[in-house]
Amino acid sequence: MAMRTFRLWRGARGQGEFREYTTDAGEGMVVLDAVHAIQASDAPDLACRWNCKAGKCGSCSAEINGSPRLMCMTRLDQLPADQPVTVEPLRAFPHVKDLVTDVSWNFEVKKRIKEFTPRPPDAPDGTWRMQQDDIDRVQEFRKCIECFLCQDVCHVLRDHHKHDEFIGPRFLVYAAALEMHPLDSADRVPALKEQFGIGYCNITKCCTKVCPEHITITDNAIIPLKERVVDRFYDPISRLLRVFKG
Amino acid sequence: MSQYPVLQHDVLVIGAGGAGLRAAIEASAQGATVGVITKSLLGKAHTVMAEGGMAAALANVDDRDNWRVHFADTMRGGQYLNNWRMAELHAKEAPDRVRELEAWGAVFDRTKDGRILQRNFGGHRYPRLAHVGDRTGLELIRTLQDHGVHRGLDVHMEHTVVSLLTDGGRIAGAVAYDRERGRFNVFQAKAVVLATGGLGRAYKITSNSWEYTGDGYALAYEAGAALQDLEFIQFHPTGMVWPPSVRGILVTEGVRGEGGVLLNKEGRRFMFDDIPENYRNQTAKDADEGWRYTQGDKTANRPPELLTRDHVARCINREVKAGRGSPHGGVFLDIAWIKTKLPNGADHIRRKLPSMYHQFMQLANLDITETPMEVGPTTHYTMGGVQVDGDTQMSTVPGLFAAGEAAAGLHGANRLGGNSLSDLIVFGKRAGEHAALFARANGAAHLDDRQIESAVHHALAPFDRGTSGENPYAVQHDLQDMMQDLVGIVRQESEMREALERLSALRARAERAGVGGNREYNNGWHTAIDLHNLLTVSEAITRCALERRESRGAHFREDYPEKSAEFASFNHVIRKDADGRMTLSRGPIPQMPAELQQVIEENK
Repeated sequence: MAMRTFRLWRGARGQGEFREYTTDAGEGMVVLDAVHAIQASDAPDLACRWNCKAGKCGSCSAEINGSPRLMCMTRLDQLPADQPVTVEPLRAFPHVKDLVTDVSWNFEVKKRIKEFTPRPPDAPDGTWRMQQDDIDRVQEFRKCIECFLCQDVCHVLRDHHKHDEFIGPRFLVYAAALEMHPLDSADRVPALKEQFGIGYCNITKCCTKVCPEHITITDNAIIPLKERVVDRFYDPISRLLRVFKG
Repeated sequence: MSQYPVLQHDVLVIGAGGAGLRAAIEASAQGATVGVITKSLLGKAHTVMAEGGMAAALANVDDRDNWRVHFADTMRGGQYLNNWRMAELHAKEAPDRVRELEAWGAVFDRTKDGRILQRNFGGHRYPRLAHVGDRTGLELIRTLQDHGVHRGLDVHMEHTVVSLLTDGGRIAGAVAYDRERGRFNVFQAKAVVLATGGLGRAYKITSNSWEYTGDGYALAYEAGAALQDLEFIQFHPTGMVWPPSVRGILVTEGVRGEGGVLLNKEGRRFMFDDIPENYRNQTAKDADEGWRYTQGDKTANRPPELLTRDHVARCINREVKAGRGSPHGGVFLDIAWIKTKLPNGADHIRRKLPSMYHQFMQLANLDITETPMEVGPTTHYTMGGVQVDGDTQMSTVPGLFAAGEAAAGLHGANRLGGNSLSDLIVFGKRAGEHAALFARANGAAHLDDRQIESAVHHALAPFDRGTSGENPYAVQHDLQDMMQDLVGIVRQESEMREALERLSALRARAERAGVGGNREYNNGWHTAIDLHNLLTVSEAITRCALERRESRGAHFREDYPEKSAEFASFNHVIRKDADGRMTLSRGPIPQMPAELQQVIEENK
């Protein structure tokens, strides 16, 4: 097996440095395998999150060679073999230790979004009827594994630290899934404008590029939500119509 | 007074997968204050990995389905060692629990007339699994997570329980450490629900994540509760086998439900070679009938690929042992062939099995719409667990409840695919409800400082030994290799006796395990703490498996390859005796009511 060099970020609470490790790189290995091998032999106290190792839980997010990715889905044979592989923690959230960051802000944001509120059931037995065609677009958003890579790469959070004013792509996708849910009857459009800062997104599509679930975050979720905000608050014809309709 | 912070909840739920979240939601709905402890972040539990669906006799796709058929299927799959009361409640209540998820925002795939779609799965007579493509578990956990946070659950993320606390025999709470800071917290609770999942990390080849170290079983055992039937470990027939680094990662049974077939290296569809007698009437006679079944033909019987998991795993094992396996030690699972049957077959595969398509593309560089997958058995699920009352889910320790994979009973000797997700919501709800009732009827229990001190002292011991002690990762790897080799898919007495000897040597090494660094987010320290639980459950598995001198369900003995009537009437019960030793006894299965017996007869 070929030896490969890894530069892993070590340190706690914002302090730290890259440290170099070498380990065997066998066939089909992903970055997470290498991190585990290093942990087992050279760095037992290395902090790193992971759960499923199959791209389904979104725990092992990190920046690999400078790009936000899942460690379990990044094969070593896709990275340049003649250079060390760098692995560092996400930058949009406070650093805890080594590769782990404090992502609790995301869990607080979700609580602020009005919950799913279904219309009354369609059938006497208390159930609803929905067509597959009508749920396809919501199902795309519900594929989200909450890896927060989109949050990490979003310049509003990453560079401008607008965490108080902007909920980020993950929660715009979440809001879109609720707003476009065929059964939902709540209205989140005013909150998107006033509290969730949808206006901050200037559609650079960085979030869409890093999504490991290939959710078309910008085109399918954020832009339609922006259109709803515009229709409601800025479009003079819609406003006029609303006046007449009462 | 404890020197550690004391947090108080009426009901403390340990584990935040499907069962834990459903229990927490229910306890909260009953008016209890609820705390949830999870080893990882919220929403990352192993439930996200469940792909195929949740079994519930909604009869949306085939109106011949009802709770009676589901009950009979579950009992037959479990070889009649099931807790029949749990099997009955599960079959009756699963449809309501699934509809409830829809009311909380879950978006299931639909039938043409707009109802919840259901798919075929192994051991289920009719299409029964409500599903969302092949990411049903994610849909389940996200729905419960989002519904739960809006109900005001108090979630303690990245906390690990190191010991349960008792007061004169009843539950009093738990001691946990906060992973980020490495500090200890005491949780005082009137009732505790264990929803800690399984123990797959005791084995080398497993679909389970790092968390599945048998915590709930070991915590309950140490607190004096009885465990049951730990010999029944399910090896899912289809894990990935190539490349080596992905070995064990699950390939959903949904692939076979959608028409995927198993082939050996000669291209022979070997599952037709051995069809068990009690399934013969319900199994397709040829490939054409099997295909028609997967496409919804109600006059057709299921293909042999959809027989129970224990049987399929053993057939694969047989092919590999006979030298008819694939190049990397498995067999071939082919879904690409359905293109000869369906126009737009490749699109159909990508739409019905999106995660599988993605997983093989990314990890194995293989397009499943073109090329067969290589698959083999992987440690997947624990049918045994904490012994509970069928109606309330209370263990033999008053106030201590268990639900989901942590509890034993529903699945008997072998679990049907799809019965796990429905188990979580049916018995998660029941556990939460009865925990809240128990909390209301019983005041707060007294916390014993000596228990707390002892738990903390034990948890911190690896630091005293420092880096000159045994490497905890090395001990864990050796344990996994040993269990895989000696107490794996095929078992025999001499190997299991050797396993017991090796377990005591491993225990001695675990007691010398040391770690360096500090207490903050220290993965090595966590691994050292996990060893105790892994060793306890490994010993329980081995003792039960050694005692069961027959082959039944997921338990296969090379030295006793047949089923034995002697072993059909009791469960194995594990307890800690007064001297701290593990003891095994036989717990008779209560007589099944005539009404349920008749249900089984009419569905034979």
